[in-house]
Amino acid sequence: MISLHGLTKEFPGGVKAVDALDLEIADGEFFALLGPSGCGKTTLLRTIAGLETPTSGRITIGNNDVTGLPPGRRDVAMVFQDYALFPHMDVTANIAYPLRIKKVPRAEREAKAAQTASRLSLSELLARRPGQLSGGQQQRVALARAIACHPTVFLFDEPLSNLDARMRLEARTFLKRLQRELAVTTVFVTHDQSEALAMADRIAVMSAGRIMQVGTPSEVFQRPSSTFVASFIGSTPMNLLPGVVKDGTLRVAGAVLPLPEGVAGGEEVVYGLRPEYMDLSVTAREDAFAGHVSVVENLGTSFLVTLEVTCDSGEHLVQAVVPEDAEPAPGGAAWAVPRHPRALVYRDGELVTP
Amino acid sequence: MGFVFPALVLIGVFLIFPALWTIYLGLTDFRLTGLAAADPQIVGVDNYTAALGDERFHTSLWLTVQFVLGSAIIGQAGLGFSIAWALRNRTGPVKRVVEGLVLLAWILPSSVVAFLWIALLDRDQGTLNALLHMPGFAWLLDHPMLSIIVFNTWRGTAFSMMLYGAALENVPPSHLETARLAGASTFQQLRDVVFPRIRGHMLTNLLLISLWTFNDFTSFQITAGGPEGRSEILPVYIYNVALSGGRLGFGAAVSFLVLLINLVLALVYLRLLRGRRGAEA
Repeated sequence: MISLHGLTKEFPGGVKAVDALDLEIADGEFFALLGPSGCGKTTLLRTIAGLETPTSGRITIGNNDVTGLPPGRRDVAMVFQDYALFPHMDVTANIAYPLRIKKVPRAEREAKAAQTASRLSLSELLARRPGQLSGGQQQRVALARAIACHPTVFLFDEPLSNLDARMRLEARTFLKRLQRELAVTTVFVTHDQSEALAMADRIAVMSAGRIMQVGTPSEVFQRPSSTFVASFIGSTPMNLLPGVVKDGTLRVAGAVLPLPEGVAGGEEVVYGLRPEYMDLSVTAREDAFAGHVSVVENLGTSFLVTLEVTCDSGEHLVQAVVPEDAEPAPGGAAWAVPRHPRALVYRDGELVTP
Repeated sequence: MGFVFPALVLIGVFLIFPALWTIYLGLTDFRLTGLAAADPQIVGVDNYTAALGDERFHTSLWLTVQFVLGSAIIGQAGLGFSIAWALRNRTGPVKRVVEGLVLLAWILPSSVVAFLWIALLDRDQGTLNALLHMPGFAWLLDHPMLSIIVFNTWRGTAFSMMLYGAALENVPPSHLETARLAGASTFQQLRDVVFPRIRGHMLTNLLLISLWTFNDFTSFQITAGGPEGRSEILPVYIYNVALSGGRLGFGAAVSFLVLLINLVLALVYLRLLRGRRGAEA
């Protein structure tokens, strides 16, 4: 288990990359640190590794307080974004390097390297140099080097970002299977929300050095606790529309919607609904957003339709995902009908829907 | 061909002709004054056999080896690398002041620098003796080689420091961090990550500073090769026999021997460099 207590990392110049952060990561968990660039996720990972010294706060791994320990004595292995393979060593020597530092005898460490390599289908490549390997092979060598020394924690910094799009999907499945088999606590950093949703057991969404929400992918996807998380998670951005409670109904962008739980009269709120939970109607309805089809984007098996909705509070864009063969023609009138149970209401940026 | 002709003429006049002239002089008994100055005679390889059998030449060669090993390879390269390594992650005034001081030693005119060092090491009024509270200690008389080795280290460290500073920027931080995460000590990080990465830079640097130091004449301004020839490295030896002693033909022969030694040194380094390229391909 990794526990962080009141962890703060302030860089010279006063930038707080990590700000009084508390977090617990369970044994064997595959944990994602997700956030936009500059949110402090990589600094947090490097602080766990011991490559950065925290300004204040404590880090424990298992039962050991590792806050003051150098990286080499924390029993963690890290895979860097650029893989950091040593170009002058062959694959065997690269994989066996941490064992060599730990003074494991040559024969033993080479056997261990060969065994780890065969698990990652690298057996054919043992005598090659990193320069003679493809990106995906280099990544597997970096993983093998991390695995071979049996650490208590794996740390991955943007593990998939140097792979091309197709390889990335394969590597995603591969990594998740490998982590499940090894059952070693793993923390990885990513800025790609789909990567985090697909791979992680739990996700921490970060912004400006703080954790905005921690939860399983389903929790974070279905119930983002703030408008920041809501707009960050999801391949198609969530519709976030200003609304006001009036006469026992919720008025949002010209639509009159039933009053959700947790809100009182006269309040100004933000109404959030994913485009996937929005249906399109060609006939007028009062509980729908009336507008003109402005853009239709092909997503393969579905279409993302953007409506321009003009109402008292100005012009808004409302997006809906419709199945294939049901897409409207651009320019025509259409009504976006929200699936009410899926709607989330935010007040001052915080979720109020129970 | 037409475009390079002027350059070839310049090279011919200023490099190749003097070199050939040196070889020719080395085969004569040409002297600065007297009969042999007016009418030098060809003496064949007599100068070379004389030089190779000369005790003073042997001593001088051995002193030069000490000078190159001590001041260039251990002193300049070692100290230059240490400073570059210590300053690699630093910014701000400390780095600028250290780099500024080291560079200053390099860019000052050699006659000024020689005077400063004589003032520093002087037996009676020297700054060093004042600092160490040991008046009357004759550094330049009792430890002439040590004096010029320390002097040349101080004088030339800037080049190695700058070259290694630039080379260290080529070492990816993630490689060093991977080694640190594996538990590698500083020595192991240098051996496994840094040196293999900057090997080409190191060899090039060693080649350049070895040749420069081998042919360096600045120490003459401090000890003039003395006392009793105990700091008479080869360039000083040539000066002393050819110009002070007036034996120009003999001096030319020794110069040619020095040229051959330089060539061998350069070939060894180039060989090592090529070996590295071959190993990487």
